[in-house]
Amino acid sequence: MLAAGDTLALWVSVKLALITTVILLLLCTPLAWWLARRVRPGQALLEALLALPLVLPPTVLGFYLLLFLGPDGPGGWLGSLLERPGLAFSFAGLVIGSVVYSLPFVLQPLKNAFAAIDKDVLDMAAAAGAGPLDRFFSVVLPLARPGYLSAAVLGFAHTLGEFGVVLMIGGSIAGETRVASVALYEHVEAGDYASAQRLALVLVVLSLVLLWAVFRWQKKARGPL
Amino acid sequence: MFRFACCALLMALPLLAWPEAPVRVAVAANFAGPMRQLVADYQSRHNGAEVAVSVGSTGKLYAQIRQGAPLDLFLAADEARPRQLEQQQRIVAGSRRTYALGVLALWSREPGLALGAALLNGGELTPLALANARTAPYGAAAEAVLATLALPESVTLVRGENVGQTFQFIQSGAARAGFVALSQVREAGGSLWLPPAESYPPIRQQAVLLDDRPAARAFYDFLFSDAARQRIEAAGYRLETP
Repeated sequence: MLAAGDTLALWVSVKLALITTVILLLLCTPLAWWLARRVRPGQALLEALLALPLVLPPTVLGFYLLLFLGPDGPGGWLGSLLERPGLAFSFAGLVIGSVVYSLPFVLQPLKNAFAAIDKDVLDMAAAAGAGPLDRFFSVVLPLARPGYLSAAVLGFAHTLGEFGVVLMIGGSIAGETRVASVALYEHVEAGDYASAQRLALVLVVLSLVLLWAVFRWQKKARGPL
Repeated sequence: MFRFACCALLMALPLLAWPEAPVRVAVAANFAGPMRQLVADYQSRHNGAEVAVSVGSTGKLYAQIRQGAPLDLFLAADEARPRQLEQQQRIVAGSRRTYALGVLALWSREPGLALGAALLNGGELTPLALANARTAPYGAAAEAVLATLALPESVTLVRGENVGQTFQFIQSGAARAGFVALSQVREAGGSLWLPPAESYPPIRQQAVLLDDRPAARAFYDFLFSDAARQRIEAAGYRLETP
């Protein structure tokens, strides 16, 4: 049903979105906690910087990532560890780009969820003898679960639909950097609208089913209020 | 009544402000630079006649024209899309003409490289950038050149969606060298190699007239005048012998 290579492109997209989401959840948990619990000097500037990927056009962001990941940027040094000239045109490079690009979508829901947690609850847990780690896993995590769910869904969906950044730093290598959105774009550019529509349909159905499943599960888990 | 008068006045406003609507030209990205010069030349000859240029990839512009984009003239990077528009009878009959022949160039920003078949076959030029053959005629030309060589497996081929993006891959240093249009890199420095013209199918960049109004026709005719042809040649294209 799909044009040759499109299944592979879909797989690359899903893999990229999964890995990016996991990294972002791990990265944003301490960051969001740090930002949410009290106001710190320079916080507004930091938050503005972290929100920049929302504002910058993806191709602009992608262009700077290309310079960053190329042999002259820090990517060149990172790449030399993996014995390759720079991280542009590699799956690892796409992961770095996606982490930057999708960061605000994971950070914001987590920050809001953490900010909503009552300080008294944490104080009571501390008084009952729970250490910081214990407090995080048995109090914060359950309370912030809806926030984690939103963060994961938004991060995953946003990475799945990512296009401009990948276009700029990917180089359309089959099985490595050609994601579904780029493959779709290439069909359209080549005037192969039939293949484009089939791939678009798969992407839309995939995303819809995923989002529907998550939101349904979220409703059920929360139960009737 | 007052409201009606206001409406009528508003509707008449464009007639006052623009005695003739500007010529609307859509041009393939690789020809955007020369186009700016051509428009300036044309305006100096025609009393500042207005020409509105939109730049895009041939595939996108083609899709827009099919959906009825209000354009007078389309300068594509290939001959396939103008031919398709002709078959769909969306162009002024007989207006499909080659305005430039694209020249393929292998370019690296590093000066002093002896670019050519030997260096390519030696596997040193990696990552090697080229435009996507499915979407860009310069990409198809580059693939044709590569088919005449024996590139080792170790060379990573990276593909830009058009020559503009391919140029960025190379200019940023992310790709060591790559195939672009000569018109992009004529004055860019670095190292340059022009593959022999016989090694790839001719890149016929064709123009079609979409609306046969006098202003559009005048600019279309100017495009094939001697003065314009000199400009085009100087910009790094070849010309079809008429």
